Amino acid sequence: MSESLASTSSSTPPASGGIALHSVTVTYQRHPALHHLSGRFEPGSMTAVVGPNGAGKTTLLRALAGDLLLQSGHVDGLAAQRMAWLPQHSEIDRGFPISVREMVMHGLWHQLGAWGWRRASHRAACDQALAAVGMTGMEQRPIDTLSGGQMQRALFARLILEDASVILLDEPFAAVDEPTSADLLRLIAQWQREGKTVITVLHDLRLVRLHFPQTLLLARQAVAWGPTDRVLTEANWLRAQHMREPFDEHAPLCVHTEPSACTASPPASAQPVKEALAWPR
Amino acid sequence: MAALSSLFQAVAGPFIEFNFMRRALLGCLLLSVSAAPVGVFLMLRRMSLTGDAMAHAILPGAAIGYLAAGLSLTAMTIGGVIAGLGVAMGSGLVARHTVLREDTSLAAFYLLSLALGVLIVSVRGNSVDLLHVLFGTVLALDDAALSLLGGIAVTTLVAGALLFRPLVLECLDPGFLRRVSALSPLAHYGFLGLLVINLVAGFHALGTLMAVGLMVLPAATARFWLRSLLPLILLASALALLASASGLLISYHADWPTSPTIVLCLGVAYLVSMLLAPFGLRAQQRSSSHLQA
Repeated sequence: MSESLASTSSSTPPASGGIALHSVTVTYQRHPALHHLSGRFEPGSMTAVVGPNGAGKTTLLRALAGDLLLQSGHVDGLAAQRMAWLPQHSEIDRGFPISVREMVMHGLWHQLGAWGWRRASHRAACDQALAAVGMTGMEQRPIDTLSGGQMQRALFARLILEDASVILLDEPFAAVDEPTSADLLRLIAQWQREGKTVITVLHDLRLVRLHFPQTLLLARQAVAWGPTDRVLTEANWLRAQHMREPFDEHAPLCVHTEPSACTASPPASAQPVKEALAWPR
Repeated sequence: MAALSSLFQAVAGPFIEFNFMRRALLGCLLLSVSAAPVGVFLMLRRMSLTGDAMAHAILPGAAIGYLAAGLSLTAMTIGGVIAGLGVAMGSGLVARHTVLREDTSLAAFYLLSLALGVLIVSVRGNSVDLLHVLFGTVLALDDAALSLLGGIAVTTLVAGALLFRPLVLECLDPGFLRRVSALSPLAHYGFLGLLVINLVAGFHALGTLMAVGLMVLPAATARFWLRSLLPLILLASALALLASASGLLISYHADWPTSPTIVLCLGVAYLVSMLLAPFGLRAQQRSSSHLQA
C-alpha cells in the first residue's frame, strides 16, 4: 500500500451523523427479508455484516444504496453523503474492449460526469489508485486479460477514485486469494482511518474477528450488533441459525408497528434448522 | 505502365465519368462514418440481431409513408423512424412489464411489423417499388437523399460523442452507471434512436434487407483485429467505406445489383479477417512457442 493514498482521498469530509436505521423492513412478495431492523452505523466505523444465507445481508446493502424500496421504516443520514457500492456479482462485461486505466477512470464520474475533460491530474490520480492496489504496470492491459483477483483489485482502485464517505462492500473477498484479500483489507482499514464509514458483508468470521471492530449479526433482524468480540459468540451464532431459511408460506401478518416490539429472538414459527452450521472457531 | 493505367481507369473511371457513381460513393461515405460506429456499439451490447430485427421493423412505416405520398423521401423517412421507434419502445415495455424477455417481445413486434409492411407494399405498390424498398437505390441518390444521409451522419456523430461515456458504461458496467448517474435511460433510448435513424439512412441506400449489413459486418470484422474501442470504431468506418466502394465498382463492372454486392464485399472482409486476424480463428490455435513468464 502506498503512503500517498491518503492524499488521493483527503478531500472526503468526515461523515457527520452516521447512518441510522429506523425499523427498516424490506419484503419480497410480502415476505420480510429484513424485518424491523433498527440501529446505527457510527460515522467512520468499520462494520462487518455476517449471518447465514438468506439473512438479508445483501438486501441490507441494497436498501442502504437506495436500490430497493423500503416496505416500512426509514434510513437517516445518507442524503448528504456520497456512497460507493461494490456488489458481489458485478455486471461487468469482461469482454468489453477497454484498458484497466480507462475502466478505473470511471471512478472519477463524480468529478468528470459524462462530459468532463480528462486532465493529466485525473490520469495521475488513476495511476496512483492502481499503484495503491498493487497494479502498477497493468494500466494498459485490456480487462479481458485480468484474473479474478486482479479484477477485484482494479475495482477497488475504482472505489478509491470514487472517494465516497460511505462504502458498501458485498463479499469483496469471495473469489480472491490470501495476499490479495490482505492487501484489500489494509486498504479498507485505511479508509476507516480517513473517516469513511465502511460496511462489509463477509462470510469468513476469522477475517471479521481480525479486522473488523464492529459486527452486525443479521438473521432478517439484528441478532446482535456491536463490538465484534461481544457479537460473535456461540450463543448468538446459534440463535442466528434458528432462522428458517425458506420463507414460511403461511406466515401470519406482522402486526408490530413499534420497532421495539420486534425483539432479536427468532419468530415463534421458526423451527431449529436440523443441520445448523457448526460454530466456526 | 499500361496495366497500371487500365487499373486506374477501372477504379477511378466510373467515378470520374458518372455523376450517379460519385453520388453513390458520397452516400456510402456518409453511411460508413455514421452506421459503422453504431454497429460497434450494437456488437458490444450484444444487440447485433436486434439491429437486424429493427431493420425489418421499419418497413411498414416506410410503406405507409409510400401509400400516403408515393415515393417521397420525407414521408418514407418519417414513417420508418416512427415504426422503428414504436417497435423499440413497444418491445421494451413488454419486456419490462410482462413475463416475456426482450428478445421474444422484439421478435413478436418486428414480425408483426414486417408482415404488415410486406402486405401493404404487395397490395398497394408494384414490384418495382417493392424492390426499391427491399434493396434500396444507392445508384439513384438525389440531392434530397444525400442531404438526409448527411444530416443523419452529423446527428449520429454529435449525439454519439455526447453519449459516448454513458454508452460505454452502459455496455461495460450498467449497474455502476445506474449508481453514479441518471443518464442510463438516456444512453439506452438515445442509442436506440441513433440505431433507428441509421437504419432508415441505410434503407434508402441499401434497402431494408441489407441496411444492417453496413453496421454489423464492419464492427465484427474490426473486432477480429483490435481490442480497444476508438481504434475499433475508426477501423469499422474505414472497412465500411472500403467495402462499399469496392462493391460499387464490382457491381458497375459486372452489372450486378449494388446492395448485395456491397454486403458481400463486407462479408469477404469478415471471412478473411476471421481466418487471418489475431483474435479470429488463429487465437484458438496452439502456438509453436511460448514466453517464459
